[in-house]
Parts: sequence; structure tokens; C-alpha cells
Amino acid sequence: MPAISFQSVSKIYTAASGAASLKALDGVSFDIAEGEFFGLLGPNGAGKTTLISVLAGLTRASSGRVLVQGCDVQIEYAQARRKLGVVPQELVFDPFFNVREALRFQSGYFGLRHNDAWIDELLDSLGLSDKANANMRQLSGGMKRRVLVALALVHKPPVIVLDEPTAGVDVELRQTLWQFIAKLNKQGHTVLLTTHYLEEAEALCSRLAMLKKGQVVALDRTSELLKAAASNVLRFKIDSELPAALKSRARITGRIVQLPANTAAEIEQYLAAVREAGGVAQDIEIRKADLEDVFLEVMAGAQGTQGASTDKEPMGATA
Amino acid sequence: MLFYKEVLRFWKVGFQTVAAPVMTAVLYLLIFGHVLEGSVKVYNQLSYTAFLVPGLVMMSVLQNAFANSSSSLIQSKIMGNLVFLLLTPLSHWSWFFAYVGSSMVRGLVVGGGVFVVTAWFAHLSFVAPLWILLFAILGAALMGTMGLIAGLWAEKFDQLAAFQNFFIMPLTFLSGVFYSIHSLGPFWQTASHFNPFFYMIDGFRYGFFGVSDVAPELSLSVVALFLAVVSAIAIRLLRIGYKIRS
Repeated sequence: MPAISFQSVSKIYTAASGAASLKALDGVSFDIAEGEFFGLLGPNGAGKTTLISVLAGLTRASSGRVLVQGCDVQIEYAQARRKLGVVPQELVFDPFFNVREALRFQSGYFGLRHNDAWIDELLDSLGLSDKANANMRQLSGGMKRRVLVALALVHKPPVIVLDEPTAGVDVELRQTLWQFIAKLNKQGHTVLLTTHYLEEAEALCSRLAMLKKGQVVALDRTSELLKAAASNVLRFKIDSELPAALKSRARITGRIVQLPANTAAEIEQYLAAVREAGGVAQDIEIRKADLEDVFLEVMAGAQGTQGASTDKEPMGATA
Repeated sequence: MLFYKEVLRFWKVGFQTVAAPVMTAVLYLLIFGHVLEGSVKVYNQLSYTAFLVPGLVMMSVLQNAFANSSSSLIQSKIMGNLVFLLLTPLSHWSWFFAYVGSSMVRGLVVGGGVFVVTAWFAHLSFVAPLWILLFAILGAALMGTMGLIAGLWAEKFDQLAAFQNFFIMPLTFLSGVFYSIHSLGPFWQTASHFNPFFYMIDGFRYGFFGVSDVAPELSLSVVALFLAVVSAIAIRLLRIGYKIRS
């Protein structure tokens, strides 16, 4: 039995007056196996958070259904929610209570009355022990994020869902967080993660799904996805304008240009084109393709089949 | 657990949620009592202050029961922390009893406070204490439920304020807190009979003095019926996740 099973999930938001309705999810189907560390990727507005909201019971699917360890999230909502620990994307908190109180209440909502041993362990693992009696208002953004993780885990859910847990979070916390989540994954918890940081997804997730315009456009093991993409990338710096022919294929970050390149001939062509345009390529290197390359390739490929507009915004730049 | 949290929530800001309404009620009593004491006699034998005290107590019960569930819900919605509740396996029944129960506690605590303070100013009798208790409890439940509905419905604080100022306040003030409706002209007497708040206040007052504008059994039926209707609506809204689950 899969940990999570999405079965033809669609979500249509009907606009109030005459305006076109929005298809946030369009027939999404895939399974996540027990014990997997699964990544859900996609540009902003692709439907990642909607899919997670449907999973968590915050939003109802227009059609299709979602099962958590075999329990339908609408019909058997109580069992399904006991199995799920969801870390929401927004940094929300209850201003009336301190961290320990919030955790005790959250345990109580799940019917756990004497949960202090586990709460202490959570606080300790997330580096929150000295903040246990602090009001949530006084905590920094990173600390609030840790509390959200703790809140999601008070009932020891077998399936953990993290919706962009590292958005706007400093390096130190990201590492603490990933160590902790990786440990839970080793202990057998299934993890579903959405993130804009593709290097995190590449490092952590054994399998990935990519969403675009509410549809799954790629679904495979991370290693397979990396293999399928252009195996090498030419990377150089340039001060002048890039020739138009290269621009459409390149990933451009300020002065840094990266182009998919599988053969030596391709590399020679690129550099020749730059030279002809009067540019000077500096700090030239060739590296292995990473997940960001795969992602851009998949997103660019998917757009043809759906007639979608170009979305050239680089990932990771947005939270 | 949610009930306990909701009680703790208002208790933590008790100065605002309990002490302040008591103070307000005492001011009403002092001002109206001072102005009208001696010049007005109600039911031919009661002093105005004695008449006023139960009205103020009940008004405080009703207003605070309403304020508790409605403000708690709207705050959680606007802060976004309602999501922690939405993620739990709590059923719509649990939500209902927690929010309404905690509102009843606040209403009754404030009402009790108002009573303890204002009782010094007047000679009260307690003809039928069970009626007093019954109306206080039912009234608090009714208003806690109304607050729950208003809190679910409102998306902004000003919508809730509008609901409170243009709906709850007029109905409370025109319900006979400050006067017996027999002092009104026939039109307003009839109009008052369509105000559910009138029955709550009138029935509550009956418990003290054994006299009232209408029979307490009638008041009780109206209040119970009204409570049943709004409870059914509230439970239905919670079950479908009205405005909290899209």
C-alpha cells in the first residue's frame, strides 16, 4: 500500500463573475511508496501547494481522490490526518501561547494527553529547548519555522509533508532541519517535500515529480531524471550581450551563462558564436548537468505540448 | 482540549475579556441608576436599579459569549493559525462544543462578575434560581453559537464589527435591558416580541422577581427553539468547512 496515492486529482477554482475559472490541478495521479523521500517541484503557480492542501484536507478536490496509507482524506479524514504531519508554507502562529503550550495543545487535538517526553525530544532535536517558554511572537523567522516543524510532528505521523520548509531560511537552520528530516526518513517516515531549492531536492529526494500548470510533466527517480538530461553543461562568464541564437537555450544568471552541451562540436559552436558576436567568454568550465538543468529542460519541453506561455524566471529566485 | 485552549485564551487576556466588561456594566448601572432611580418604578414595586441589575448581568453574559467565539475565530483566520486546527482529526462536533462551550464559560464568568459587583447596589430577590441559571446557560450557548457563525462568516475585523454593532448591539439594547417593554407604545411592544434577545432577558429577570413581561415558559420555548436552529446552522457550516476549507 502506498504512503500517499493521488488518483486523478483535479481542482478547479471557479471565479465569481464571468472570469475564466482556474484549473489549479488537472488530473494529477501518482503514488509515493512507504519510506520514500519524495520531491514535488514546479514553478510558482504550478499547483504544488494546492496539491498539498488537498492532501491535508484544507481544500477539497473538484474530482479524483487522495489516499494516505489507504485512508481517503475526505471520507476517513480523521484517520488520514492522524497519519499526516504537515508543515505549512506560511509562518503562522498563535500569539496567545508559548512554544510548549502550542505543542501541548496540538498534541491534545490529536488525542495525546501526556506527550511531554516526545515534545522535549522534538524541542531538543530542533534546537528549541531554550525557547520552550518563549511566546511565538518573540521568535525569529527561522525559529518560527522550527516550531512549525515541531507542531507537525507532535503526533508522530508516519507521513511528513513539508511545503517549502526552507524558503527564506538561513544555511544553519537548513542543515539542522535536513539532518533531522533525514533521520526521520531513515527511521521509516515517508517524506513529501516541495522546494524551490533544486540542489536540496537533488541531494535529498530519491524520487521526484515535476508539476506544471497543474499537470505532472515528469515523474521518475532523481538519478534517472539526471541521466535523461543533457549530460554536460558549458559554463562561462561574459560581459557583453549574448547572441540571440544562444540566448533561447541558455540559463543566464547575471554574467554567468550555462548551456547544455553533449559533444565537443557543440561546445566549439557556442564559443565560436560568442566570438563572432564580438564577446569574450571567461572562466570557461564544463560540468555535469544538475537538477536545475533537468528542471529547465522539462519545463521548456512541457510548454510546447500545452501551449503555455514561456516562464523564463529562474528557480530559487522566488520564495 | 480545544475547549480548554479556548478558555485559557480569554483567561490569559482576562483584564480585557473579563474585567473590562464588568467595569462597563457597573458604569451603566451607576449612570442609569443615578438618573432614573426614584423617577421610574417598574412593575409598580421594583426600584429601577433592582430592575436593571439582572438586565445588565444577562446583557454581559450574551455579549461576552458572542465576543469570545467570534473574535477567537476571526483572529485565527486572519493570523492563519487556524490551519493547525484544520490539520487535526477533530470533528465538526468537537469544534462546535469547544467554541460554544468556551464562550459559555466566558459569558457566565463575566455575568457572574457583573452580578457580584452590581448586587451591592440593589436589593435583589431570587424567586426562582433555577430559571436564572437555565436562562443564563441557554442564552450563553445561543450567543456563543451566533458568535461561531459570525466568526466563520466574517473575513475581516470590520465585517465582524459591523455584525456586532448593527445586529447584536441594537437587538440587545432594544430587548428590555433598560426598560420593561410594557412602558413602550403598542407598536414597539409588538416589535420587541420578535426580538429573541427580549425573551432571554425577560426570562432571566423572571428568575429574580417572579414577574416578567411574558410567561417564562414562553421565553424558554423561544430561546430553546432559537438555540436549536442556530446550532443546526453552525454545525452544518462547520461540517462543510464554510469559508475555512476551500
